[in-house]
Amino acid sequence: MRRFVRSHATELALLAVIAVICVFLSFASQRFFTLGNAFDLLNTSSVNIIFAVGLLVVLIAGGIDISFAVAASVVQYLTATVLGWIGGGNWTVGLIIAGALGVALGCINALLIHRFRIISIVATISTFNIFFGLLMFFTGGVSIYNLPDWLTTRVVLFEREMADGTWAEITLPVLIMAICVFATWALITRTTTGRQLYAFGDNPEGARRFGINIGAMQFIAFGWLGLMAGIAGLVQAHYAQEVVPNALYGRELDVLAAVVLGGARLGGGKGSVFGCILGVLLVSITQNGLNLMGVSPFAFKMIVGAIILAAITLSNTSIERLLPFLKSRRAPS
Amino acid sequence: MADQALDGAASRPLLSLRNINMTFGGVKALKNVSFEVLPGEVHCLAGENGSGKSTLIKVITGVYKPEAGAMIDYDGQSYSQMSPVTAQAGGIQVIWQDLALFPEMTVAENIAFQTVIGRWPRLVNYAEMRRVATSALQRLGVTLDVDLALHHFPIAQRQIVAIARALVGEAKLVFMDEPTASLTQSETDYLLDIVRNLSASGVAVVFVSHRLAEVLEISSRVTVLRDGGLVGVYPTKGLTQSRITELMTGKTFDHSVLRRDLAKSPVVLEVEGLSRPGEFEDVSLTVRRGETLGITGLLGAGRTELALTLFGMRKPKSGSIVLNGNLVRFGSNRDAVAAGVAYLSEDRLSLGLIQPQAIADNMVIASLDKILAGGFISSDRKRSLVNGWIRDLGIRIGRQDDAISTLSGGNQQRVAIAKWLATDPRLLILDAPTVGVDVGARAGIFDIVSKLADSGLAIILISDEVPEVYYNADRVLHMAQGRIVGQYAPGAATLQAIEEAVYA
Repeated sequence: MRRFVRSHATELALLAVIAVICVFLSFASQRFFTLGNAFDLLNTSSVNIIFAVGLLVVLIAGGIDISFAVAASVVQYLTATVLGWIGGGNWTVGLIIAGALGVALGCINALLIHRFRIISIVATISTFNIFFGLLMFFTGGVSIYNLPDWLTTRVVLFEREMADGTWAEITLPVLIMAICVFATWALITRTTTGRQLYAFGDNPEGARRFGINIGAMQFIAFGWLGLMAGIAGLVQAHYAQEVVPNALYGRELDVLAAVVLGGARLGGGKGSVFGCILGVLLVSITQNGLNLMGVSPFAFKMIVGAIILAAITLSNTSIERLLPFLKSRRAPS
Repeated sequence: MADQALDGAASRPLLSLRNINMTFGGVKALKNVSFEVLPGEVHCLAGENGSGKSTLIKVITGVYKPEAGAMIDYDGQSYSQMSPVTAQAGGIQVIWQDLALFPEMTVAENIAFQTVIGRWPRLVNYAEMRRVATSALQRLGVTLDVDLALHHFPIAQRQIVAIARALVGEAKLVFMDEPTASLTQSETDYLLDIVRNLSASGVAVVFVSHRLAEVLEISSRVTVLRDGGLVGVYPTKGLTQSRITELMTGKTFDHSVLRRDLAKSPVVLEVEGLSRPGEFEDVSLTVRRGETLGITGLLGAGRTELALTLFGMRKPKSGSIVLNGNLVRFGSNRDAVAAGVAYLSEDRLSLGLIQPQAIADNMVIASLDKILAGGFISSDRKRSLVNGWIRDLGIRIGRQDDAISTLSGGNQQRVAIAKWLATDPRLLILDAPTVGVDVGARAGIFDIVSKLADSGLAIILISDEVPEVYYNADRVLHMAQGRIVGQYAPGAATLQAIEEAVYA
């Protein structure tokens, strides 16, 4: 038990913060603590969670990526265009095209970082600008509204009529998100590749001496984020029922903050899928609650920023000081 | 070498090298070196930095290819050169000084990481990892919680994990590069026990250490290298620390205690009843002008905490500090520097020097106000200040603008001393100034310390190596568990008596 607390300090701290916020919000708003609202939260958080688990893999491998959100916009646009050429397609075709384009864009980042020895933040700030610049230049900022029917039709997987006559629904994005989450969890905790990613992020020189293929690690990490970004891009187009070139611009920092909040370390070697999801949920629960309470949207960013600061202080620095008994068992030396 | 019959060892050598030559950019790093390790023995490789120890290890592990004519026999096979793959497959393992472990991963994963490496991705078998790790630890006679992340463990146990990892690779020959450099005495004893267990189970260990006391304690034979050449192979029985030092440096050192008459010298520092509960209690001491006061004791005795308090970085709970006749209360170390106190940090690598920055910039960092001209840093003044110290302290550098990390440990330490001397201190506190510094270079540093004392500086010299304070201080204080428990005058007390008191 104590060991569990020690090795899951971040996740437990986040759960505690989320619990406190939920208790507060359920008193502050009638609507917050309902099944319908919980499902809404899941539906709206799906895209960010898919982004987040992708970014988590890059952070674990010791990198960082600023470009994935605009890469997803590029993927949306190209996928919509390609689907137009081939005359429609379906979800399987759409996901394959979007995923492949995402992987390709991610591999451009990996190539710059591994082959040309550019540090990841600089490389991805550059590609962020290049991707976005190219997208705006070629589209002229024009949105696509003429999407295939399958992409714009809501797919309800589970629904239930509530006492007040509203419908609580779980939609397709939640299923896709769940698959992405499971796949990422399996990759980083259950496969040898995933453990090598951790090792590489934790101690690159140690990993090199062990014979880990450093180049492969970069391509796997950024390729995986590319795959997730591509999928998230398509899901976001489905959710919004349109493709707007700058719809995802700025999303990268929200996701990055949520992932770091979830315990991933800038610098590598640390982070979990569970923490990552909690990080995203904390931010979206807060936004959702403020929305229901009728707080001005202009105040959202400020309050979310303050909560991120508070939660990260709690989870990073003082868990051992708050709970001193954890320290009592020092290994003999 | 004709050491086959040494110690009555009848067994054939596990590893035998002859005619090893290596040249880097025109410099001969290894000159016709031979080296031999018997199965299951603990063999010490001794030599100063740059003597060729690391190069030799890298030849044996296949990182470097020796020049033509080399003969390597390992485990019944002959090679003209090794490759990393053959070395590893043959059971040669190196435990690097920086460990190459993964702090965020569990002990089990760190030990059994080999099982995760492979050409194609597979599922991870955590149960297998745990089993492999536990049995490797069992061979060393150690139990650790294998499911806890490594960063929860102190450095000594991380060493154990690194050794256990080597065992998983079916090691027959393990190289340990400075394994005790950052360990306390009790941790070192623990590690040496582990090395004995390892050797008893048939694994040969080649031990590289700057701490000659350990070398004498653990090894059965010592191979000494100097300037890339072989000095000789000696049975440990019959060797002494000073004999090894002579062999390593080719010089004899004059070991005599200081005899300075300081009775009339004015008192610079007077500390009365200084306490910080939990760190040190009721410490009283005086240091006179021109005097070197040695403080020794085990790591964790409160020495560094005391030094940091004298340097204004921690506030005492009770007691007084009188400096040059004035009662002082430092708000921060800036006050202490202004009052003429300088403190050379025990951790030169991470705290004392800014490694990637230039030598000159490191040297002036504590005395920037001296090189200002019209409010800006004058590069002429900086240059002349730096050149002055380089001359005075005999620092060997390439150019002033080279990064400090390009210098050897001894020269880095001289730069760190120069940095503080540039602040014109009256009291200089040296905390473990020879950690990671060669034997030969240590003598050079203590020469400087002695000259500084003669020029009128009051010096506090902190070290956990009793001989260092014995031969280089006028008086020696022994600290244990935060208290001063003994005071000795070298000459009146024998070195052995103090060592027994400290290490008891």
